[in-house]
Amino acid sequence: MEERPSIQVEAPAVPEKTGGEAPAEQGDPKMKAADVNLWYGEKQALFDVNLEMFDKSVTALIGPSGCGKSTFLRCLDRMNDVIDICRVQGDIRLDGEDIYAPRVDPVQLRARVGMVFQKPNPFPKSIFENVAYGPRIHGTCRTKAEFEEVVEGSLTRAGLWEEVKDRLDEPGTGLSGGQQQRLCIARAISVNPEVLLMDEPCSALDPIATAKIETLMDELKENLCIVIVTHSMQQAARVSQRTAFFHLGKLVEVDQTSKIFTNPADQRTQDYVTGRFG
Amino acid sequence: MSDAQVLTPAGTIDWNSDKAQRRVRRRYAADRRLQAYGIIAIALAVGLLGVLVASLVRTGFPAFLQTKVDLPIHVDASKVDAEDPASGNYRGLIKAALNKAIPDVPKDQQRSVRKILTSHAAYILRDYVVDHPDSIGKTITLPIALSDPFDQLYKGVIPKHMDALNWVQEEWFERLQNRNVVVEHDGRTSLKLDVYVDPAAVEDGDYVDLARNSLQAYFPRVRDSSLFEMLAPDAPAAIEKAVAEDPAIVGKTVQIYFPVSEHYATLAAGEEPTILNPRFNEAQLAAYDVFVDKGMLRTPFNWELFFNADSRFPERAGLAGAITGSFYALLVCFMLSFPIGIAAAVYLEEFAPKNRLTDLIEVNINNLAAVPSVVFGLLGLAVFLGFFGLPRSAPLVGGMVLSLMTLPTIIITTRAALKAVPPSIREAALGVGASKHQVMLHHVLPLALPGILTGTIIGMAQALGETAPLLLIGMNAFIPSVENMGLLEPATSLPTQIFSWADSPERGFVSRTSAAILVLLGFLVIMNLVAITLRQMFQRKW
Repeated sequence: MEERPSIQVEAPAVPEKTGGEAPAEQGDPKMKAADVNLWYGEKQALFDVNLEMFDKSVTALIGPSGCGKSTFLRCLDRMNDVIDICRVQGDIRLDGEDIYAPRVDPVQLRARVGMVFQKPNPFPKSIFENVAYGPRIHGTCRTKAEFEEVVEGSLTRAGLWEEVKDRLDEPGTGLSGGQQQRLCIARAISVNPEVLLMDEPCSALDPIATAKIETLMDELKENLCIVIVTHSMQQAARVSQRTAFFHLGKLVEVDQTSKIFTNPADQRTQDYVTGRFG
Repeated sequence: MSDAQVLTPAGTIDWNSDKAQRRVRRRYAADRRLQAYGIIAIALAVGLLGVLVASLVRTGFPAFLQTKVDLPIHVDASKVDAEDPASGNYRGLIKAALNKAIPDVPKDQQRSVRKILTSHAAYILRDYVVDHPDSIGKTITLPIALSDPFDQLYKGVIPKHMDALNWVQEEWFERLQNRNVVVEHDGRTSLKLDVYVDPAAVEDGDYVDLARNSLQAYFPRVRDSSLFEMLAPDAPAAIEKAVAEDPAIVGKTVQIYFPVSEHYATLAAGEEPTILNPRFNEAQLAAYDVFVDKGMLRTPFNWELFFNADSRFPERAGLAGAITGSFYALLVCFMLSFPIGIAAAVYLEEFAPKNRLTDLIEVNINNLAAVPSVVFGLLGLAVFLGFFGLPRSAPLVGGMVLSLMTLPTIIITTRAALKAVPPSIREAALGVGASKHQVMLHHVLPLALPGILTGTIIGMAQALGETAPLLLIGMNAFIPSVENMGLLEPATSLPTQIFSWADSPERGFVSRTSAAILVLLGFLVIMNLVAITLRQMFQRKW
């Protein structure tokens, strides 16, 4: 069913289309993290991370396993709040507003900052309900027509509409892995978030599904600020405009993606992107 | 380096050596042994279960049938007023019907013959006539239950005749036979005993003691007066007769023939002496035989077992009261323990901070599950009855006590079910901006529901079978009618009903106890099947 001839099956290894014209670093960043420290109990997982993420662009977080990039990503929508032993210190701002301020409601924040997870995790409900769930709990839709419009719109933006429009009542868990992940993206964008966090969204997918998601990210970034954690340096090179390299809980270097991959400032970045460790 | 050397480099194991082979054989043997242990254990468990169920079915099966006689009854319009059928002389109608069905019963025996029918026969007739007023003036054929002894007799549980002599008595007689004391004399089986004809006894005419003493002399160690039943009633007369024939024997030891009693004579003839079962008399059995000969007796399915309440008469006793009581108690138990259990489990699992206090609560909940149920019964007695003054024997209190027992089970299984919901679902819901309670209500609880329901039903099944706490709060009342049952009225329950039936002396309650156990087991099986079905139905894959 996934037959789209225009999709590249073999992803190019060379980082060619990195956003040279990136709009980044002009104007205010969409999200800005300053001196973020994070502890799991006694163990410190992030050390003084400073990172700016810009609107209408993709920021990739790369680094070896356990370097804290996923942890940092989860700070951006306060998903770490649900972990009892986790403690965050520092300043993270969304449009200049401190998201850890006491008056900020984490639930509302998560509507503005959507998240897509490593493993596709659709609800064990119908495809329609999966997408309609966000608008339902946030009350952005009232009538059936509104729901249908949002569901169709989100699924279309996620590139899934054509494949599932005839079986919206079937369970989302019955889809293939790639379709499930696009369903999760549709679910995340159904509430019109300003930022979309993606935690290794393609690590459980085959190359075809991966390519589809990457194309999708390219389209979505026109309206969104996307932050993606990835283990694949090719993917970072393909989809992102800016890349941040994490190592042992520290942000080593952040710059234009092309610069990180061709001429990094730090020796560790150089070693990592050339495959000497990690 | 050649290939062979690669496979077995110097200093490593030679897999073809005897030692290695032996090790392999030992490993296989150990595997088989372990399997055999498992199979033996399972076979033992299944076998014991089979024996239990088989014995229950064998004992309990007769209780599912009830012997009834199709008695033609003429509903005499002169005895039943069509305007007020409830107050007719139904006892008289039954009497007349019985006299007609079994003619020639002597007047003094009619009363005992009526005992063939259940004591409730007149009420059965009354209920029928009240329901069918058009039957007044006609002759109807109504199935009337037989009373318990005849029910048991027809089912072959108890015999018409019993052994007259027990094995000890038979052995006494055998000892006499071995000593050649048993002889035929004057056409009667007699004992040829040595008798010292005591002059004092002769003077008093006390020949009974003389005869007895002479028999006792053969059994110096037996101290059982039933020994003397061996002598026929006219045995002492044999001494008297001998003395009359020859007065010279007084003061001497002579041999005298004592005729043996009827049963021993039969035994000597090589037959098994029997007597009529003391539950019956001849007239009753004659009447019973008439019923049998005319083919008026049948054993239809005993619906009364399910629709009657308890009774002192086994043929009337049913489980309706117990089932109703158990139902009310379980209803209360469910209403209390299901919401409280789920609320407690959700809070402990999802919201409670992890600290000393919650740890303590958790440990105590797990401990509560292991507390013997009788302790909960005492608690209920002291707190619910003693302190709050709730009514004794009431299903409300029974349900409350049972819910104390069920709560830990429900909390523990609910927590396990909540834990089993994959974290990715929670993250997904949190990720689209669901609040904690929305995550809980919309996603986690529905997914955990099959597990929760399974746990709840298993907890309920446990509660259904629980006896001790109900006995302590007195929920084993004698309930002869289900009409007035309610949450606050005295009640009984299935397990306590089994308990009180097991204690009853009537023969019919033996099979009814087993039948009630089967009914209880049936309910348990049904509940477990429901649990399994629910789990299958709601189980989702992710």
